Amino acid sequence: MIEQFPALIVVTPLIMSFILFVVSYWNERLCFPILLATLSACVVFALGILDMVIKHGQPIHYYLGGWDPPWGIEYVIDHLNALVLVTVAIVAWLVALYSKSVVEKELHESKLPQFYTLFLLQVTGLFGITATGDMFNLYVLLEIASFSAYAIIAMGERGADFAAFRYVVFGTIGACAYLLGVGYLYILTGSLNMADLTQLIPKLFYNKALLVGFALFLIGVGIKMGIFPLHTWLPDAYTLAPSAVSALLAPLFTKVGAYVIIRIMFTVFDPSFSIKLYPVMDILGWIAAVGIAFACIMALAQSDLKRMLCYLIVAEMGYIVIGIASANRLGLTGAILHIVNDMFMMACLFTVAGAIMYQTGARNIYQFRYLHRTMPVTLGVFVVGALSVVGVPPMCGFFSKWYLILGTIEAKKWLLLFVLLASSLVNAILFFRVIENAYLEPRGEHAFAHDGGHPSISLDGVPWSMLIPMLMIAAGIILLGIFSGVIIKHVIQFAVPASF
Amino acid sequence: MLEYIIAKYNYWIYIFLLMIGFYAMMAKNNLMKKLVGMNIFQWAIIFYFVSIGAKKGGTVPIISGVHGHHGAEHLVVHAVDYINPLPHVLMLTAIVVGLATTGIALALLIVIYRRYGTLEEDEILEELKK
Repeated sequence: MIEQFPALIVVTPLIMSFILFVVSYWNERLCFPILLATLSACVVFALGILDMVIKHGQPIHYYLGGWDPPWGIEYVIDHLNALVLVTVAIVAWLVALYSKSVVEKELHESKLPQFYTLFLLQVTGLFGITATGDMFNLYVLLEIASFSAYAIIAMGERGADFAAFRYVVFGTIGACAYLLGVGYLYILTGSLNMADLTQLIPKLFYNKALLVGFALFLIGVGIKMGIFPLHTWLPDAYTLAPSAVSALLAPLFTKVGAYVIIRIMFTVFDPSFSIKLYPVMDILGWIAAVGIAFACIMALAQSDLKRMLCYLIVAEMGYIVIGIASANRLGLTGAILHIVNDMFMMACLFTVAGAIMYQTGARNIYQFRYLHRTMPVTLGVFVVGALSVVGVPPMCGFFSKWYLILGTIEAKKWLLLFVLLASSLVNAILFFRVIENAYLEPRGEHAFAHDGGHPSISLDGVPWSMLIPMLMIAAGIILLGIFSGVIIKHVIQFAVPASF
Repeated sequence: MLEYIIAKYNYWIYIFLLMIGFYAMMAKNNLMKKLVGMNIFQWAIIFYFVSIGAKKGGTVPIISGVHGHHGAEHLVVHAVDYINPLPHVLMLTAIVVGLATTGIALALLIVIYRRYGTLEEDEILEELKK
């Protein structure tokens, strides 16, 4: 049974999404339990896979349909994707738990089954992108994830439909660029299997078409993950999406894109291709530096909390790119750790933004006055997430930033070091602006009334079903920080290419 | 130069189509025209994949006249005679993906038209600012 886990983690949510949709015609109340049960199963599968990878110490190969590679599609799970799978599974599970109350308030009742179906399809795509060892299969799964993202974002508030259409256009350019890159590699090597390509590509290093293919991959995945000049679709789409959708997509989809970049640069193409042969790392470093500066300035200009967080994602993607551009063991360790940490940090901040909108309807940070009196727990969770993004130990954000900084010092890239440190300061300003508005106002009357009558109201007026996942994510941030050494020792040090 | 262009004409066609689609997506104001541009963009890549699998005088890679293991050793297979079916098979999937993209985009356009009464980008942005 356990050797089937790599396939089951993709197939189970895919099949269950259809079953869920059919069942919803019969009984809509069953949708949420099915969603939660499926995602719980996925968490078990992901943990089983991680356990297996750590025990064996080498990648697991799963041949779909029993066809041997390079002809058949192969799922390959090594330390890197096992870690990403576990994090995606856990964050998706927590967000699913959180989503129930918030979507029931934000969406029309008739749309709930569609929401849950698309949620599962989205997770299917993310698991598939992470698990697959085949370039074309990755394209298909990337599109499954993107399609569900387009549709689920369009369910949001006024303007979300237009933002979703722009996302469709940009996302399609990204997917087409990726597909074109696959075509270039296929012309040159006649193979689509990643492990096979690893063997074949070093012989073609000086080929110009290979370079074009590589550039197309970076552009394609760059659009999907929202790297700086290609991020224009991101703020609108994630701001206007329903809260639960932002909390699902914003942490997960962009980071899975970052995983794909690492996979392509360091597994499919030999690391020396982008380090020694072409100045890829310098270009990426400059893009990341300009991108972080731009994103921080734009975030400072926003008064809408969700939009501010969206620009923060663009900055966070820049951090991961900095880790890649450092091109050494420390930097890449930081980048991989930051993928994991950022999933939790962004999930934390977006769930809080959703909870504040749920309770008060406020999204502008200047409307947050007196919030510490009405929603103390929610704001406590927000402070944990904010401190983590700023980089205060023992929150997890500190440790990944620490490795990123060590990486830039070892690579002697002082500009990137400066950008990292300066942007941490800007992050501090960003979050203290919010915290100041929420906490440090003169005492007065309650600005916002509780909306009573809702079953199982907690201290914050937010239902327990939202509060508990938020507290769990906050606990996860602190635990990830405390145990980051364990994660690096047992998982990430094997995920970094051996040549580093 | 001209020979160079003619020898690789399939690549020139795909780049030409790609640029038409890209221009329409970026420069057109009407969302429907953007969608058409997006389709041209996708189909350019499909043409490209189909053309790299094709060969002049090639045929489908079905080796006839062989039943079981008998006679297989007498048959000489020349790869030159057969086209490569794999890019074509990949494009079946890509066509389905393209269809789904178009479907989603059209559905979104219907919603946008119902809500704002127009498909012109600047008018929608104007409407959204209100």
